[in-house]
Formats: sequence, structure tokens, C-alpha cells
Amino acid sequence: MLKIKEYIIEKALFMCALITVLTTAGIILILTVEAFSFFRNVSLYDFFTDPQWTPLYSEKHFGILSLLAGTFLTTVIAIMVALPVGMGIAIYLSEYAPRSFRKIIKPLLELLAAVPTVVYGFFALMVVTPFLQNIIPGVSGFNALSAGIVMGVMIIPFISSMSEDALHAVPKSLREAAYGMGSTRLQTVFRVTIPSASSGITASTILAISRAIGETMIVTIAAGQMPGLTLNPLKPVQTITAYIVQVSSGDVQFGSLEHQSIFAAGISLFALTFILNSVSFWIKKKYRIQYE
Amino acid sequence: MNNARVNRIKDVLFKYFGIVCTLSGLIILAIFILNILIDGVQRIDWSFMSSLPSRFPERAGILTAWTGTFWIFCLTAAIAIPIGVGAGVYLEEYSKKGWLANLLEINIANLAGVPSIIYGILGLEVFVRILGFGASLLAGSLTLALLILPIIIVATREAIRAVPKTIKEASFALGATKWQTISRQVLPASASSIITGIILALSRAVGETAPLIVVGALAYVPFVAKTPMDEFTVLPMQIFNWVSRPQHGFTINAAAAIIVLLCFVFLMIGIAVYIRNRAQKKNPW
Amino acid sequence: MLKESGEMKDRIKGGSYMLESKNVNVFYGDKKVLQDVTLQVPENTVTALIGPSGCGKSTYLRLFNRMNDYIENFRKEGDILIDGKDIYRKDAEIEELRKTVGMVFQKPNPFPKSIYENVAYGLRIQGINNKDVLDEAVEKSIKKAALWDEVKDDLKKNALALSGGQQQRLCIARTLAVEPSIILMDEPASALDPISTAKIESLIYELKQNYTIVVVTHNMHQAGRISDKTGFFYLGELVEFGDTKQIFTNPKNKKTENYISGRFG
Repeated sequence: MLKIKEYIIEKALFMCALITVLTTAGIILILTVEAFSFFRNVSLYDFFTDPQWTPLYSEKHFGILSLLAGTFLTTVIAIMVALPVGMGIAIYLSEYAPRSFRKIIKPLLELLAAVPTVVYGFFALMVVTPFLQNIIPGVSGFNALSAGIVMGVMIIPFISSMSEDALHAVPKSLREAAYGMGSTRLQTVFRVTIPSASSGITASTILAISRAIGETMIVTIAAGQMPGLTLNPLKPVQTITAYIVQVSSGDVQFGSLEHQSIFAAGISLFALTFILNSVSFWIKKKYRIQYE
Repeated sequence: MNNARVNRIKDVLFKYFGIVCTLSGLIILAIFILNILIDGVQRIDWSFMSSLPSRFPERAGILTAWTGTFWIFCLTAAIAIPIGVGAGVYLEEYSKKGWLANLLEINIANLAGVPSIIYGILGLEVFVRILGFGASLLAGSLTLALLILPIIIVATREAIRAVPKTIKEASFALGATKWQTISRQVLPASASSIITGIILALSRAVGETAPLIVVGALAYVPFVAKTPMDEFTVLPMQIFNWVSRPQHGFTINAAAAIIVLLCFVFLMIGIAVYIRNRAQKKNPW
Repeated sequence: MLKESGEMKDRIKGGSYMLESKNVNVFYGDKKVLQDVTLQVPENTVTALIGPSGCGKSTYLRLFNRMNDYIENFRKEGDILIDGKDIYRKDAEIEELRKTVGMVFQKPNPFPKSIYENVAYGLRIQGINNKDVLDEAVEKSIKKAALWDEVKDDLKKNALALSGGQQQRLCIARTLAVEPSIILMDEPASALDPISTAKIESLIYELKQNYTIVVVTHNMHQAGRISDKTGFFYLGELVEFGDTKQIFTNPKNKKTENYISGRFG
């Protein structure tokens, strides 16, 4: 009796774990199948080379490059904000800050990542964009810059927290060796600690990039819905994610080519983030072995 | 000598750079919350909380939105907690090292990084269309449950791993079965950490917008949901809808709704942090 | 009364020894950690297993309640018998085995629960929840473990609030509550102060009346004080086994003699 109960429980728990595999399988299957029907109507060549993305207009073009350009632009801006600030925080907290300060600050910083993204979108549109319009002439009401900056603020904790863990994991003896030879703290940080923690820092940055690429609401609200092959941060752009939202919240018919296009966009997004996440996971795994 | 002095100055300068970075994050957060408070706080009153949506900003309220959020919160919790904790227990206590365990582990790490909007696409196809739940609370909750599953699983595994092996050994040595040991020793000993992880995961689900848009949550729902099969809206959806409108009145409404949403999210995080801190003080290991 | 010296008459139950191992080899992966160990433990005696750390004595002890089963790549050859029955046979119930063979660990490891619940746990998992039965068993076990006078007034107190020595006696009480006939002890006093150690030692002496006890210890004097029989392990082999007195006064093997006289260890 007890044996049977144990057996049933183990199987039930296994089913729970299996659901995660089914989730991944479901995502891949759905995206592939639906994207497949999309690519029966649109050639892969056009998809990757057409400079326009206009599925909702009468003259339809399906060139993913325009959406990728928008995604790329907002992501680069976000990383340009988040990387220096995040690293500055990580280095300060792990090498300079008093312990008690660190204990208070860390959870507060985590709050930045806990704020719902729709709220950040509001902030970008209502506060950051008007501010930018005041200091830079020619900023559109929707623009990549504002969305990118706010997205950067959102991902600061991803970089700071993971990088700080990486810095923290560097053995004390290494630092002491550097101090012993007369280096200042700054020299120790840049010549010893950061190089030793580089794999962890890289992994965290890649994960942050992936997070920025997949972020949806901030760019939907603040960056606009104008796909285009532009790298001008002052103009409206559209990201892959924002496009999926645009189609989903409009009344596009199920099964139409316009509707299928969200799966083509979705599979591109999934592939992109999947590769980045895998690289980050792999680097992290390798680095864990180094120090334990 | 001179060189050493330059180095020391650089060191101090960098320290201040670090402080500025750290504080800038917090200052932005503060500016941002202050801004929203100024915009929205006077709009919050009883009629705002208890009114249905309307095309006139002064008459519009968030009744359907916050009840929808409450529904989503409860349903998502009911779905995600047993599955997430169960999977975490399986992976930590039962699964044997090998290709399957590796696959499960890599898979969960990857799922944690899948953009939330992709979960929306999955939910749309599987729950809304194939299983025929429609754009219902149930479909939305199932989608969000899948989204937060990796967070709960990882939190559960870490919590269980922190329970000393000696406690498990003692239980086994007294003739307890594996499940008896897990249910009577391991889970109670790790409960507070697991609960902290669950609350943080749910706070994420409550703030999500993108997957629900794809699943088909509506911007305009003129009734309060009564069953899990009803159509719904949630606070983030309502905020998104109001943000997208040009009238100033709706902007103020959005700010007010954001205040309500943030109160809810920050309250949950506060509870989670409180539980974690209390457990850390109490824990003998 | 047993004779102080010479061959002690082994008490054997129904024609078989209480604990027995026949030509046992143990491997962790490719690494052989126990080599051809054959040993017999009579009923109601205290057997001490001594030897330098890493010699395999703890591994050997854990064979008797199958605690090694949780170690990855663990593999065993040969037979382990309790009361004449192979405990590694296919249809063996591990949980039943562990109700017969209790274990006390090196570091006191009470559950993070009340004193009462610690002792009642072994019965609760057997489905016994009757309060009167539990109350009685808890009191009896704690008394047997010589802890009753110290804790009787606050059984509801968290066990982790007890001192290390009290915790270890609580762990012994917890083991006794399940009513085993054999108790395995893995260096039960190594983490304790001298006074607590003395209490544990006299407790072991008391318990011998009703239980068969096997104690792993790296403390030779302790082995000399408490045990009837002693086995000396070295590099995974049982070098010598015999009456404690003989091992300590007249070891047959050179290695045993070197170890006893403190030349290595």
C-alpha cells in the first residue's frame, strides 16, 4: 500500500516536471507549424531581404529586417544605459560599499525589475519623451531613444545583481595578492577582479540583452508602430514584440496571412532569445565549475 | 610618488562614480513614483475603484480591471503553485543524474528566458483555440502559470537544497519513506523560502500585459467576471488602454490605476521580503 | 555475569548472529572502499569499530541500515545479514529494516521541531497518531535516553534550543521510540564536550541490556571503555576483530598494535 502510494506520488511529481518540457515543445511546435504556413506564401528570401514590413497595408511586404532594426536599436540603447550603470553598481557594491549599505540597497534595486513593464511604458511616454523633446530638437512623440533608455533602467538590476555575484565569487586571495603588490582598489578591480569574473559578467550581459529583445510593453507604448530600416533613435520604430501586440490587439482574422505573420515574427524572436539564453547558460555553467 | 597620487585620486573618483550609479537607479525609481503619484493620486476615490469602464475619463473606473487582476492572481496561484513546487521537488529529490535530468535543467533555464509574449502565442493556440477556453480568465491564468513556472521551480529547488542533508538522513534512518521525509521534514523546513519565491513569481504574473494581449484579454469589459470562463481585463491591460488614448483625462486615469497596481505589487514584494528575513533569523543553518 | 577476560560466550539468537557480513566488498564507482569484510556481531553486545579516518568504518556501519543506498555509484558485493536474513534481497523493505536498525549520527541532527515531535516522528510516520500512545512512547524513550529530568517540563520547546549533548541524547531517544533491536552509532560523541560524552557513554552501557549496538569511533579510549568487541579497520580492510580486551592488550596484528599504541592515526 505504502509502496503504491510512493510510486503514484513520484509519477505525479514527474508529470509536473514534464509540463516544462511540454511547454517548450508546444512553443517550438506551434511557432514552426504556423510559421511554415506563413512561409508557403512568403519566400524566405523576401523575408530576410525585403526592406519593408507592411503586412497591415494593402501593399504587403514582409521584410523582417525592419522589425529587427527596431529591436536592435532599442536594445543597443538599453544596454548602453544599463551596462555602465549596472557595472558601476556591481563594482561599487562588491568592492567599495559597506556591508550594511549593501544589505539595504540590493532589495531596493531589485524593485526596479519588479515594476510592471506597462508602468515603465507610461513613464517613457509621459515623462522621458517630453523631457527629451525639451533638450534635443526633432524628437518624435514616439521614439526609440526614450523607450531604450527606460528599458535600460529596467534591466539595470539584471546586470548589477548577476555581475555582483560574479565579482563576489572571485576568491579573496586573488585580491589580496594584488593589494600585496601595491595596487590600489581601482587597479585591483580592473586588472584582477573583473578579468577573473569576466565570464559571469558576460553571461549576465547576454541575459540582459535577451531580456531587452523580448521586452514588449515599453517599446509598444513609447517607441511607436512604424517599422523601418532606420538607426535614428529620435524617430519612431517598431520592434518584433510591438508588432505582435499590434496584430493581437487589432481585429485581424485568424488564419489570414497577416495573422500568420505574428508566428513568423514570433519564431524569429524566439530563435534570437533562445540562442542568447543558451550562450549565457553555457558560459555560466562553465564558470561555475571554475570556482567550485 | 606622483603616479601613486594620481592612482589614489582615480580610485576615489571611481568610488564616487559607483555611488552615483547606485543612487541614480534609486533616484529614477523615486522620480518616477513621485511623478505618477502627483498625476494620479487625487483621482483615486471610491467611485474610481467601483465604476465600470467608460468612454468619459471622469466616469471611468477600474472595477472590472482590479477584480480581473484578483481573479488572475488566484487562478494563476492555484495552477502554478502545485505544479511548480511538484516539479521542483521532483528535480531536486527524485530525478537521477543523466540525460533526462540535464535536459530538464537546461529546458527550465531556457524557459525562464523566453519572452513573455511568446507565452502569449502559446496560450492563444493551446488554451484559447485548441482546448477551446476562449479568451477567458482560465486561458489567461494558464498562460501566466506557464510563464511563472520556471521561477517557482528554481525557488523551490534552491529552498530544498538549503535543507541540511542530516535532517533527511535522520528521517530515513527512522524508517520514513521518501515522500514522508519530503512532506514532513523537507518541505516544512524550506516552506518560507518557497513561499517567498512563489509570492515574487505571482507579483510578476500580476504585472504582465503582453501575453494577455495576445491571449485576447479585452480592453473594454463592462461587467465583473463571475466564473473562470468569463472574458476579462486586468489592471495592466486597462493601463495600457488608457495610455494609448490621447485625452489627458485618460492619462490621469492611467496614473491612478498604476498607483493601485504598484500598491498591490509592492505589497506582495514586501510580504515576500518580510517572510524571507524572518526565516533567515529563525533558521538554525 | 560475563567473565572479564578470555573468550566471552557469544549470545546468538536462534542459531544466527544478530549482525553479520560475509565477504563484503563496497565500491564507489571504480573506487573500492571496503575489501572482503567478514564479521559477526552477537546479540546484546557493544561492538566498536575503530581505525583512522577514511578507513571505511562508517561506510561499513551504514551498510546495516542501507544508508549507503543514497550515494551515487554505490555498489556492494557479498552478503549483509541481520538475524540471518539478507537485508539486500530483492523484496526487502528498507523502511521495515530501519525500524529494526536504528541509527545515531555523528553530529546531533534533531528535526527543527519540538522535543516531543522529534521523538514522536518515528511513530507518526507509521500512522500512529493516538495521543495517549504517543505520550507514553515519548516519555518512555526520553527516560531511556536519560534526558527526561532535563526536558520533561518543556517538551514543546524547539529541539534546536537544547545543548549539543542534550540534542544527541534526544536523537537517541528518537531512535529508541521506534523500538529497534539494533542501534548503529556513527561517532556519536565526537562533536560533544567531555561531560556530554561521558553521559552518552554510560547511556550506551545501559542500553546494552536490551539492544545490540555497533559504535564507530576514532577515540580508542572510548572503544576500550564501552565495547565488548572491537574491530580495527585500515584502508578498507577489517584487519583484526575480537574481544576488546584482547585487541587492546594483545593485538595479533602488527598494524593494530601500531594504531593502538598511537604510532599513526
